[in-house]
Amino acid sequence: MTDAKYFTTTKKGEIFELKSELNSDKKEKKREAVKKVIASMTVGKDVSALFPDVVNCMQTDNLELKKLVYLYLMNYAKSQPDMAIMAVNTFVKDCEDPNPLIRALAVRTMGCIRVDKITEYLCEPLRKCLKDEDPYVRKTAAVCVAKLYDINAQLVEDQGFLEQLKELLSDSNPMVVANAVAALSEINESSPSGVPLVEMNAPTINKLLTALNECTEWGQVFILDSLSNYNPKDEREAQSICERITPRLAHANAAVVLSAVKVLMKYMEMISDTEFVSVLTRKLAPPLVTLLSSEPEVQYVALRNINLIVQKRPDILKHEMKVFFVKYNDPIYVKLEKLDIMIRLASQANIAQVLSELKEYATEVDVDFVRKAVRAIGRCAIKVEQSAERCVATLLDLIQTKVNYVVQEAIVVIKDIFRKYPNKYESIISTLCENLDTLDEPEARASMIWIIGEYAERIDNADELLESFLEGFADENSQVQLQLLTAIVKLFLKRPADTQELVQQVLSLATQDSDNPDLRDRGYIYWRLLSTDPAAAKEVVLAEKPLISEETDLLEPTLLDELICHIASLASVYHKPPSAFVEGRSGLRKILPASTRLDMKKMEGSGDAQPAVIPSQDSLIIGDLLSMDINPPQVMQQSAPAASYSGPDLLGGGLDALLDVGAPSAPSAPLGPPSIPSNPATGGLLGDIFGLSSSPSTYTSPKTLWLPAVKGKGLEISGTFSRRNGQIYMDMTFTNKAMQPMSGFAIQFNKNSFGLIPGQPLQVPTPLTPNQPCDVSLPMNTTGPVQKMEPLNNLQVAVKNNVDVLYFACLIPMNVLFAEDGQMDKRVFLQTWKDIPTQNEVQYSINNVSANSDAVVQKMQQNNVFTIAKRNVEGQDMLYQSLKLTNNVWVLAEVKIPPSSNNCTLSIKSIAVDVAGGVYAAYEGILRS
Amino acid sequence: MIGGLFIYNHKGEVLISRVYRDDIGRNAVDAFRVNVIHARQQVRSPVTNIARTSFFHVKRANIWVAAVTKQNVNAAMVFEFLLKIIDCMQSYFGKISEENVKNNFVLIYELLDEILDFGYPQNTDTGVLKTFITQQGVKSQTKEEQAQITSQVTGQIGWRREGIKYRRNELFLDVLEFCNLLMSPQGQVLSAHVAGKVVMKSYLSGMPECKFGINDKLVMETKGKGPTTEDQTRAGKPVVVIDDCQFHQCVKLSKFETEHSISFIPPDGEFELMKYRTTKDISLPFRVIPLVREVGRTRMEVKVVLKSNFKPSLLGQKIEVKIPTPLNTSGVQLICMKGKAKYKASENAIVWKIKRMAGMKETQLSAEIELLETDTKKKWTRPPISMNFEVPFAPSGFKVRYLKVFEPKLNYSDHEVIKWVRYIGRSGLYETRC
Repeated sequence: MTDAKYFTTTKKGEIFELKSELNSDKKEKKREAVKKVIASMTVGKDVSALFPDVVNCMQTDNLELKKLVYLYLMNYAKSQPDMAIMAVNTFVKDCEDPNPLIRALAVRTMGCIRVDKITEYLCEPLRKCLKDEDPYVRKTAAVCVAKLYDINAQLVEDQGFLEQLKELLSDSNPMVVANAVAALSEINESSPSGVPLVEMNAPTINKLLTALNECTEWGQVFILDSLSNYNPKDEREAQSICERITPRLAHANAAVVLSAVKVLMKYMEMISDTEFVSVLTRKLAPPLVTLLSSEPEVQYVALRNINLIVQKRPDILKHEMKVFFVKYNDPIYVKLEKLDIMIRLASQANIAQVLSELKEYATEVDVDFVRKAVRAIGRCAIKVEQSAERCVATLLDLIQTKVNYVVQEAIVVIKDIFRKYPNKYESIISTLCENLDTLDEPEARASMIWIIGEYAERIDNADELLESFLEGFADENSQVQLQLLTAIVKLFLKRPADTQELVQQVLSLATQDSDNPDLRDRGYIYWRLLSTDPAAAKEVVLAEKPLISEETDLLEPTLLDELICHIASLASVYHKPPSAFVEGRSGLRKILPASTRLDMKKMEGSGDAQPAVIPSQDSLIIGDLLSMDINPPQVMQQSAPAASYSGPDLLGGGLDALLDVGAPSAPSAPLGPPSIPSNPATGGLLGDIFGLSSSPSTYTSPKTLWLPAVKGKGLEISGTFSRRNGQIYMDMTFTNKAMQPMSGFAIQFNKNSFGLIPGQPLQVPTPLTPNQPCDVSLPMNTTGPVQKMEPLNNLQVAVKNNVDVLYFACLIPMNVLFAEDGQMDKRVFLQTWKDIPTQNEVQYSINNVSANSDAVVQKMQQNNVFTIAKRNVEGQDMLYQSLKLTNNVWVLAEVKIPPSSNNCTLSIKSIAVDVAGGVYAAYEGILRS
Repeated sequence: MIGGLFIYNHKGEVLISRVYRDDIGRNAVDAFRVNVIHARQQVRSPVTNIARTSFFHVKRANIWVAAVTKQNVNAAMVFEFLLKIIDCMQSYFGKISEENVKNNFVLIYELLDEILDFGYPQNTDTGVLKTFITQQGVKSQTKEEQAQITSQVTGQIGWRREGIKYRRNELFLDVLEFCNLLMSPQGQVLSAHVAGKVVMKSYLSGMPECKFGINDKLVMETKGKGPTTEDQTRAGKPVVVIDDCQFHQCVKLSKFETEHSISFIPPDGEFELMKYRTTKDISLPFRVIPLVREVGRTRMEVKVVLKSNFKPSLLGQKIEVKIPTPLNTSGVQLICMKGKAKYKASENAIVWKIKRMAGMKETQLSAEIELLETDTKKKWTRPPISMNFEVPFAPSGFKVRYLKVFEPKLNYSDHEVIKWVRYIGRSGLYETRC
């Protein structure tokens, strides 16, 4: 017998015929009829008219038939609520059936019927089934609670089903536990307040870990996913959970493996034992590599996740480059992802192999893939300096193929290479120029124009080339127009003699004929600059460009951290937070627990005298002040660091980061809801009092006005920084100078040189009534992302309230960054002093300080500057002091105090010489206090 | 969680549609058809987001299986689950085809009802499912039978039922390895790995506990430390370095982690006990040496040397070398020393088949390819030469050391069990660039 025939009945009067068949006395005929109904339903026909007849077939002892009827019911009950009541009796009766399969079937189906009247009748049977003797019924009932919660959350809470569900977490049967966990996680996630209804605690976690060893693969996924939402109370707990779930990495199911990876990646943040972390890291690599031999769809999910993991912890897969080589038969989506990861893993050690692979790929068929491969070659050049030459040679080879899209792509990346290594590869410009007329994509055209403008002095016929572009100016993409304008102005500034006409022409095109406001504005600015002060124009337009960074396409760190918490899930596939694609649900944003380990490398980075680096992107980056069109944030950063900056950069994940400001990285309760937040205002005050009484006070500079009320839309903020009991505080006075009360305060910092981030949400007593100053003390951590600022101790702050988001910048006095453990051993001091080259020594003199050497020693000691040795040379007191900044940069100092003078001399030595100015200012402040 | 599950034929007609969640409407069925199946361009990702609804799809033969959700589900789980459903259907009614799906739609609905509850995957083990989803209609089960079914579906050992009896206790172990290679034209190994699996067929009575021993380096070393078995790791015994391995859910993972011992209670019948991956010391069974010369614009000469690289006493089988030819090939002349070679225009390749070949032998093929003159500038991209084979040994060096069976309740002992072990090495993606 074949069932396929049910799909083909399309004659008229079918419904009527079915009706009579359904009411037939013959069992076999009835069954056939129900099958036909289901088949019609599947292909989208409306068979709801048969509702009463189908429901009549429900009371049967044939399980197959019963299931079909139930399937029909689930589909149509909502449209026929009154009729659906007819089925209730059967359901209730089935829930008492001696056969556990039937009991479970009844409760499973009832939960899927979203009709209020049926739901009412569901409560009693459900309560019984949750306590059923048979585990099969219990595991089905557990899921049913989640179904009911979706229909009527209040009912579930009122009827005490949540408690019953929680009890099931201790069930003896692993599958019941797994389903209960799944149901609870879903209920927690959808809770309207965003606060989990049922909190996990250590004993429950323990039970889950036990069940983990015994339940089905899917059950393991549920348990691991719910573990990833749990925050261990301390490092020890995190470590022991990690130990218990590492065996899951050897599971055959990729979902189990990835979910385990998620938990491990999250908990690892909390573990400071570097040995443990490195062992764990080593264990992570092999299972990740193995995922690449699974089905392509699973590979795709794995690769998207590996992309995140590699960004977070590059060490894990650094030796595994080869497995990401593209196979000829890989589906295109796997190929593209592999390519991405190859670039991330490229390093000096493996660059030769990577390059020869990329060269192969550049000859493939798929256009997207080829483009990406070409782009990748350029990115390798930028990332690994030693390979730049070979990359450029490879790109030139590719340009010779004359394949249109390859050439265009190559030109786009070569522009970036020029930016990275100025004055090195300009010899190839002539080759590039040969391909001028084949370029038809805006990005490639814009890049080429940029190159011509930038190197106008070396290209003899630069004016002709640019002029040729000018002919079709109006038809060009705005990106190209802007580039062309800038390039011609550059050309004019370099060769003013013969290009005057050209510049006139382009300026008039831009300002008079164009209706693009950006273009017009830029045109006017150039025009005025050129007409009023050509020297200034030169400085602006031909300014030194900031370097572009090596890593491209990196995810923004806060987003990356959030996505790490979502490994294996859709969010990790899309590389977007769930809020971007999930409707309605106001689930809490997940964040990694605050890292306890000081990342040495990261910290040192800020102290080194690195040139300011802007993140480059695939899109065009033009460094001059006025090309804001293409990459506004970067350009802003380098041109006007303190005064104004664009929102996105500061706010991390956009505005919602601010809205969620309650949660981020409070060290005590990493993800926890602000349930028992130690009130920072009072906490700060208490700290103040204790600080004053128990230890001598550290120097705190007086408060300065940071945000005048005029700029702050009525909010005035003045403040200073202090260090109390080893904690840095930002002490602020908020004054509301407006007429209306203010509320909803939150604070965010931009990335800064010392990785400062708020240690707690900002707690301003709200509403802040007009003209009532309010002191707030905000503890800060130094575990945030690091980016070098100019000046070094500049901190850019955004404060949000119900009025607006306000921005201001302030300077952090260096002394709050002096760490308590800044005392260096005498011998180490001597050695270090010698090791630091003399060009790193800076001398200052401090005037009008009336102090003898003992007083200086004491004063400095209170501020974590430790005197290592004291000598007297020719009547002068010499003090040798050491201090350590929070980012582990050591600073050594020598203070010369002449006997009868108010001036002393300070010599500062440090590997990171940039800090000297700030340290000097701190010395001065402390000594004068 | 999964909101709904649809199965389509290649035209985009729905064959099965099961909705689990209220947030998925009927229009989702059409959205997928319009945006993915009927999309003008080839699908670029197995995950598609259409109007805040995410679709996961797997296409096998001409059948599309799609899961749909509006939530942030575990994507790895959804794909694993889709693959599992396909497995499951295959074990019930064989090949996945439109015909078979239509013929078994009632069964499929019943399965979907059982293995996915409110979008949460439940027990998907086909062995267990077959005990109670039978399509036999009424089957009067006794109370004991029912209890047994439910305890098995939910139980700790969900993959095996009690009370299995065989007159002859027997087990078969197949070590099946897929050898993957990517070689440069100059003979440099760009990447090579072996993906192996151990497939076990067990016909054992009762609830036997098994212990499986292999020559894994890690295991051998931990064993070596023990005072009683120091002679096991005597020098000269070959060991295999396993990069990573994965086990069937019956294997006690925590025991493997702590003691490096593989112990389990096997399901009845055939199952995949373990999968592993190695990259070190692989003995590549065959070596392909290509020589391609483009003579002018209309002629090409290809010479391929094939060397077998294993013990002369062993025989390689089902050997096939596929040499790609340009799209504008008009004619091919072939000479080969061994086997048969043919130019297949439909595949754009020369297919060279050799039934058997002993170890340490060498043979070669030469071809003259005539090309049509074309005006397309595009260069021929020279796809790699690929090959297939089967050899009776494990290229990774993997060895089964023992498989011990203990059944405490029934009175049969380990040495009464008849055990068979077989090694098969097959080609995975075995390519040489030319």
